[in-house]
Amino acid sequence: MTVTADYLGLRLQIADVDHENLAFFKSCAEGKLRLQRCCACHLLRYPPTTACPFCAEPAAEWSEVEARGVVHSYTRVHHAIQPGLKPHTPYVILLVELDAQRGQPGPGDALRLVGNLADETGRLADPETTDKVGIGSRVRMVLAHLNDDLAIPHWTLDGDAETWRYPGDGRR
Amino acid sequence: MPMQTEADVTTNPFLRDRYAIAGVGETEYLRGGGRTTRAMATIAVRRAIEDAGLEPSDVDGMLSYQGGDSTFAPFVAGDLGIRLNFYMDVFGGGTSTEALIGIAMGVIEAGMCRTVVIFRSMNGFSQVRIGGTGVRAAETVSGDMLHSRPYGWISAGQHFSFTFMRHMHDYGTTPAQVAAVKAIHSEHASNNPKALYRKRVTVEEVLASRMICEPLHLLDCCVETDNATAIVVTSLERARDCRHVPAVIRGVVGRVNKPRMDMHYQHGPISDVAAKYARERLWSNAGVGPDDIDVTGSYDAFTFTTMLLLEDYGFCKKGDGGEYVSDGTIRLGGRRPNNTSGGHLCEGYTHGVSMVVENVRQLRHDADDSCPIGPDGRRQHTYDYREGGCRQCRNVELTANLSWAGAQTTSGLVMRRG
Repeated sequence: MTVTADYLGLRLQIADVDHENLAFFKSCAEGKLRLQRCCACHLLRYPPTTACPFCAEPAAEWSEVEARGVVHSYTRVHHAIQPGLKPHTPYVILLVELDAQRGQPGPGDALRLVGNLADETGRLADPETTDKVGIGSRVRMVLAHLNDDLAIPHWTLDGDAETWRYPGDGRR
Repeated sequence: MPMQTEADVTTNPFLRDRYAIAGVGETEYLRGGGRTTRAMATIAVRRAIEDAGLEPSDVDGMLSYQGGDSTFAPFVAGDLGIRLNFYMDVFGGGTSTEALIGIAMGVIEAGMCRTVVIFRSMNGFSQVRIGGTGVRAAETVSGDMLHSRPYGWISAGQHFSFTFMRHMHDYGTTPAQVAAVKAIHSEHASNNPKALYRKRVTVEEVLASRMICEPLHLLDCCVETDNATAIVVTSLERARDCRHVPAVIRGVVGRVNKPRMDMHYQHGPISDVAAKYARERLWSNAGVGPDDIDVTGSYDAFTFTTMLLLEDYGFCKKGDGGEYVSDGTIRLGGRRPNNTSGGHLCEGYTHGVSMVVENVRQLRHDADDSCPIGPDGRRQHTYDYREGGCRQCRNVELTANLSWAGAQTTSGLVMRRG
């Protein structure tokens, strides 16, 4: 069954044949981060794919992963492109490196997920909070629930950590 | 300028020195061109054929690229009365030009046709905005886009910023160093009457322009324009009978990638770009190295992209890109000027063709629009690079084009003066 939802002015649609994304976002709707684990090499992967990027095995099972990690990079957007995002500027897009499987299979590899900096309910963070995040920030997953089949994973600050922030005047 | 020599020059590997760019053409660079992409493509293709000293009937191959925002080769060929033995319209933006040059060489070599025109026509300002505003921002989100667009992660600048920020974090690259790319390209554009933005700007003005998405200020971003651009690729033998000194193709690499091009941030260091994977192939195909290159055309969709490409193609040590682009090297009159037309930041946005066009003119020693014309009908270059002055570099023998579709994908092209 095709899943649809409206979110921040966007029409989201997961086609009935898109089994990988149906499973990923259904898990999110159930409050869990589940990623595909390869049946052959047992490595996790993101985003959902139709075979294993590390060994080409098509078979995988969905496996729950602890949804915590560290901000590997980020951008704070002051000029939104999509109309539905404009009321939320400045908003932060995060590249979150999960604690799970860091440095595997190679030293530069990690599960790096994209999401926004948000509050506990999955609403985009207020402008003051966007000042507090940087490379190195500890974060954990929160969810923007849209319906029983679809939630969007985001991230919220999870304790103190030494961070690096953009050195210019990002407020302008 | 010293050039590396091959042990056995007769082998001519990788079609080195066998093909050339014989003609280049373009429309004006405008915001609000008031013409269809078909009309613009026809003008640019016709000008490129004329520039080569050829007739439309001499062309029998055509390649174009687009993102659902342009016309197709059969219409342009039809409008110009060209009967094609080969054509293909492919999907793509930056990195397509050089990749298609490689394809053109291959199809000519295979006997499929003799002479190929490559074009890109786009109403990047007045129809399909390259920055992603308008219709593209309102599309239904499905498939792989579910992992990007709901996060307000849609434009090129937003997508690339993880790499840009991480480079600053990893190597201490500063906003001012990178802003120098725009300042220097604006100096070049001030000597290019074709450029849309001809006013010189300073590093301070770049840093004072409004923030788009960190670390990109407005003036770190290129301009959206309406234009078409075209080049004529043919055998060196045929190019020698054309109007200008040929720009001989020494080596080309097309759409070389990092691992996991579906989501390349899975593989680090993310401050490395695909040029790291492309450089050995490019320099070995071309039989020269970065030190031999006189002029570069490093893709400036953003100030940062120019820096990252120059760095990972080996023009400086990894991490020293900020210094390389701000120490005067890439300025007209510097050791190795970059984008002497003003590039995508100032001249206009063409998804890369215009940077090849400019290097072809540099190799002809005919990049100038302002110096006095001598009794032989050629520009008498002053090499005075002050505002409104010359933009021809001295004694150009070798150029390199380095292009970008994202941190994950690059193409490269080395040309020499024929």
